[in-house]
Amino acid sequence: MAKTSPFLALLKRDIKLSIRRAGETLLPLFFLFAVVVLIPLGVGPGPNLLSLMAPGMIWVAALLASLLALDQLFRGDLDDGTLEQWFIGPSSGYAQLGARLISHWLISALPVIVFSPLAAIMLHLPLEALPVLILTLLIGTPALSLIGSLAAALTLTTRGAGGLLPILVFPMVVPLLIFATGAVSLAAEGTVSNPHLGLLLAFTILNLSLMPIAIRAALKMNLE
Amino acid sequence: MTLLQAERLTFQRGGEDIFEPVSLTLAAGRVIVIRGDNGAGKTTLLRVLAGVLSPSSGCVRLNAEPIFVGHLPAVKADLSGRENLHYERQLGASQTTIAMALIQVGLAGMGARPARTLSAGQKKRLGLARLLVRNAPIWLLDEPYASLDAAGCARVDALIDAHTSQGGAVVLSTHQQLPQLDAAIDYLNVASASAADG
Amino acid sequence: MSHQDEQVWVIWKTLKRWFHMLGSPPTFSRFARTVSPWLWAAFAICLVYGIYLALYVVPPDYQQSDTSRIMYIHVPSAWQAMLIYVIMAVLASIALIWRIRMTEIMAMSCAPIGAAFTLICLVTGSIWGRPMWGTWWEWDARLTSMLVLLFIYIGIMALYAAFDDRRKAARIASVLVLAGAVNIPIIHFSVEWWTTLHQGQTIRLLGESSLHSSMMPPLLWLTVAIKFMFGAALLDRSRNELLEQDQSKQWVQRELEGQFDARQQTRAADHA
Repeated sequence: MAKTSPFLALLKRDIKLSIRRAGETLLPLFFLFAVVVLIPLGVGPGPNLLSLMAPGMIWVAALLASLLALDQLFRGDLDDGTLEQWFIGPSSGYAQLGARLISHWLISALPVIVFSPLAAIMLHLPLEALPVLILTLLIGTPALSLIGSLAAALTLTTRGAGGLLPILVFPMVVPLLIFATGAVSLAAEGTVSNPHLGLLLAFTILNLSLMPIAIRAALKMNLE
Repeated sequence: MTLLQAERLTFQRGGEDIFEPVSLTLAAGRVIVIRGDNGAGKTTLLRVLAGVLSPSSGCVRLNAEPIFVGHLPAVKADLSGRENLHYERQLGASQTTIAMALIQVGLAGMGARPARTLSAGQKKRLGLARLLVRNAPIWLLDEPYASLDAAGCARVDALIDAHTSQGGAVVLSTHQQLPQLDAAIDYLNVASASAADG
Repeated sequence: MSHQDEQVWVIWKTLKRWFHMLGSPPTFSRFARTVSPWLWAAFAICLVYGIYLALYVVPPDYQQSDTSRIMYIHVPSAWQAMLIYVIMAVLASIALIWRIRMTEIMAMSCAPIGAAFTLICLVTGSIWGRPMWGTWWEWDARLTSMLVLLFIYIGIMALYAAFDDRRKAARIASVLVLAGAVNIPIIHFSVEWWTTLHQGQTIRLLGESSLHSSMMPPLLWLTVAIKFMFGAALLDRSRNELLEQDQSKQWVQRELEGQFDARQQTRAADHA
């Protein structure tokens, strides 16, 4: 049998595992829709107010939903000993980390993106802003996953486990939220939102290039 | 041929050395048994050798692929035994097939069961089966005899003998059971650095 | 080697030796114990003089009358809150690269002090904003950035407190410090961008060119005062943390015994 790269091997195994635990995997999606239903119940069903708030609400809901999947991102692997296997011998762990980040994004963010048009319609977001909403989610959620993964890696062996996650994630997602919802709001008003999208892309690229280093360092320190 | 060499390894936790500096040389066909009391740092030393922990000082040189089986068997509970070994095999397969490996560790006929349904001892055996399906000459085993019955321990000894006779090498830690091997054994006593102070 | 090169070399060597000496816990403890009272004294002098200038010498602002005097606390605190993050990030990178224990402890001692200055900045900003804006909180770009900075400081402190092993805690929290250091400028920029987009320019508490030359001396004195205070608080905090971590070590007992003896001697002298 040919040797598969650790990256592909882990990616395949992660996806197989998450299909096997579909209930847990789809939790962020349920959460998104819980928020989408609860907010109109709270602020009233007026379409003007809702369409004004829709970009922010969908993004805040996506952000909070992403927190749900974070606690188990590395902890299961820590508990059964598969996490330390990432770093055996000459392996730097980056291939495995990359596979885990991609599978995490596919499992937790992609369903949210796929179903976001439904949420947008329920919140009366103008239809012409829909492509921009999906675009911001496509560009922005990788950064969201990376920031969340850093928080999950940092708090891996803390006392009181995942309780710290929100406070670590919140400051770092401020630019993400501003650029993404700004783009969608402008699109809803019928204006060009390219500068926002450009900044959002730059933010994601910066995170893609630096975060893996920090996440790997945090994981290794937590294994001590 | 030297497969693994370590020079003056130390590891600090909380600002304290865990064990006295360790140097060792592991040649093909040899077995090193790490002995020491509970808390002497056997597990930490093995994790440093495996690369999970970076040594505070000193260095580890590997001339071949290592594989590490720790306290935790590194087995996914939601996957079957066969699926777990299939994943391991993708990282570099040995001649041994998954079915053969399961027979050799005494799990014949249990390969289809989710690992979740196995007992602690059976999970341990599944963890050891990972050694057989991987093409890794250096075995690093942390307490391989723990939670195994007498027959299980004898099986581990047989596996180690077979591995060393094919040019492999083993470093293992144990705090009670001493291996009954044909292969040549070097003993390494690990002393807790703090115990030496006090 | 030219004369100048030689001088630079000597300075470099001296700095390096100092750095190594202060890396040893007993030396650091003795240094902190000796230096910190002087820093506190310098702080007190600068503070009293600066406050005197701010309250009695500077004439009232022609628009804001006496309310603008809170600026002399607000502005130096804001500067210091940001400067502390830079210092903390430098210490954290040294801690991560060279694993020097004293820099780990000092980096972690920066966080609560930085959080305190951020909080002072926010509270004084809110008090200042009340008569200016007619509300206690306005989503002003600077204040919002400071609020996010406060949360970052709190995150670092909480993460540092959540591990049992102090050195591991410091190194892991240092990773967060560096991640924050990369993010803070971006956060600041994005918040500025956001406020200009949503509500146009709000009235700045401090207009761009409204710093009259008569305002400079008290501002300067209080800025310097706060620098001294930070130095003193950092030394005290780091020393306390060090003594607590090493409390079972012999050098700590010797160090504390020395202090204890000195105190007993003065008490005996008082009695006699």
